[in-house]
Order: sequence, then structure tokens, then C-alpha cells
Amino acid sequence: MQGMVTASQRTKSPFVRGTIQGLPFLIVIVPFGALFGVLGSEAGLSLAQVMAFSTLVIAGASQFTAVQLIVEHTPMAIVVLSALAVNLRMMMYSAPLAPHLGPAPVWQRCLIAYLLVDQVYALAQSAYEDAPHWDVRDKVAYLGGVAVPVFPGWVAGTWAGAALGAQFPESWSLDFALPLAFLALVGPMLKTRAHVAAAFVSVLGALLLAWVPWNLGLIIAAGLAMAVGAEVERRA
Amino acid sequence: MSDGAIWTTIVLLGIGTYAIRFSFLGLIGNRALPPAVLRHLRYTGVAVLPGLVTPLVVWPSATDGEIDPVRLTAAVVALAVGVWRKDTIQSVLAGGITFGLGAWLVA
Repeated sequence: MQGMVTASQRTKSPFVRGTIQGLPFLIVIVPFGALFGVLGSEAGLSLAQVMAFSTLVIAGASQFTAVQLIVEHTPMAIVVLSALAVNLRMMMYSAPLAPHLGPAPVWQRCLIAYLLVDQVYALAQSAYEDAPHWDVRDKVAYLGGVAVPVFPGWVAGTWAGAALGAQFPESWSLDFALPLAFLALVGPMLKTRAHVAAAFVSVLGALLLAWVPWNLGLIIAAGLAMAVGAEVERRA
Repeated sequence: MSDGAIWTTIVLLGIGTYAIRFSFLGLIGNRALPPAVLRHLRYTGVAVLPGLVTPLVVWPSATDGEIDPVRLTAAVVALAVGVWRKDTIQSVLAGGITFGLGAWLVA
């Protein structure tokens, strides 16, 4: 009996394995997508715009950033710049995967880049370390398998949130949901002293530079915070 | 922002984000990033998001920029639970429940 189970696990294709390991992430992705849908429609975006965010950008934190800055009537260039700054971390994702997926055909790499969200990266990186015998086709298949639940989950969650959002009564103080979403993203990021130092500089900078026009204070604060984080890490 | 400007923002953000994701996978290949660059990239999230959220918590537009003890408390609880449990959903729930309770107590 035990032998049969092991045998079936061994024959499980990388694609199926990816799908199975991606499924638990739905618990996080669907509610978070729904929150974006609710807040996007609260901010006055049309259903099409909310869905375009979640299918073209597919990056929660930067989508929340953009919506908040749009609500604050920030100039477009600053909105795009701030939201892209949040996404710069993704350079760290594509760099370590390049040795694994570099040999794949260009069209496959184009598709992978589209689907390379936080959860997909985290799973792929650890799976590739656990299965060194996989060839490039197995690795691409695994990544595709992970995307099967994760990507539709994000899109469906967004849609549900946008559809439901219109039903919520005014008295629910949904204005606080957006800061709450950011805080919930930041908490788990505060892993080391360097992360805490960077966050502290970001907070202080944003408060002290709140007078700078067009929300440029945030960009300056973020630049300083990044430098401080990197410097604290270097000295550690 | 006008409808057209919002669409432009979405498209630019989509293209920019895709370019970031594609950067190494598609173009730069196996070349490793210099350690100094990696060191800075590790802090992009904690550099932007806390600065973005602070004014929203300290000067909420719903209270016309007046400091609100309920929002402040809920924010501290959400952050503390996030740091402690390392989990986004638990953090949202803790902050949301605190905010709901606080608003009910004050009302």
C-alpha cells in the first residue's frame, strides 16, 4: 500500500504537482483579490478598469498603491512611478530563475514573465531546489501548473469583490480597508533589523516630507529608506 | 483623474511591471546582479509601503485629517499581528476586528 502511494507520487507529473502545491495559496489570493475589487470600485474605477488592473498588472501591492494615489489626485507619472517602485523587488525573482528557465523557448519565457507573481516564484524556487533532476521542460511545466489555480483565483477574487463592493453600505467605513491591506503586507516583511530600519525611515520620511508637492515626498522617503536598509544590512 | 488617464495608468503599469518580471528571464540571462544592487532591491517593499500607509493612518481623510484613536489602535494591532504571525490574512482580520470593535465602543 505504502509502496503504491510512493510510486504514484513519483509518477506525478511536474505540472500536476505544481497545481496541487499552488492550491493552498487560494486561501490568501482570493480574499486579497476581492479586497482589491472592493476598494477599486469604491475609488470610482469601472468594473473593466478594476479587472484590467488584476489581469494586466497582477501585482497586489502595486495595484493598491496606484488606487490610493489615484484617489489622492496624484499626477499620473507619480502614480506609475510609485507603483513600479513597489514592483522593483520582482527583479529579484526573475534573476534566480534565469539559470533554470533561461534555456526555454522565448514564447515560454514571455508567458512565464507574465505569470511570475510572488507565490509562483516562491514555489518554483523551492521546487527547483528539491528536484535537481528536472529538465527545463519539467521546470516550465511545474510553473505552469502552479499558475493554474493562482492566476484565475486572483482574477475571480477581484471580480467578486468589485461586484460585491457596490452593495456595501456607506456606514462600513471602508476607507480603513486600504491602510489595513498595506499594514498587513508590511508586517510579515519586517524580518530583520535592516527591514525595520528601512520601514522606520520610510514612515519618518513620509511624515516629514508630506509638504512636498505631487506626493514626491513618498518617492524621496522610499529612496532614503532603501539606502538605509541596504547600509544596515552591509554593516550587519 | 479622467477615465482616459486611469486607462493610461493601468497600461503603463502593466507594461512596466511586465518589463521588470521579464528583465532577467528574457534579456539579461544568467548574469548575476551586483550584490550592492540586490542589497537595495531587498528593501523596495519596506521602503515604499510604510511611507504610503502612514499618512492614511495618522491623518485619515474620513475624519478630515484629525487623529483618530480607533484607527490608530487598529493599525498598531494589524501591524503587530502581521509581524508576530507573518501572515497577511490574520493581520487584516485582527486589524479589522479591532477597528469594528473600537468604532462600536466609541459610537
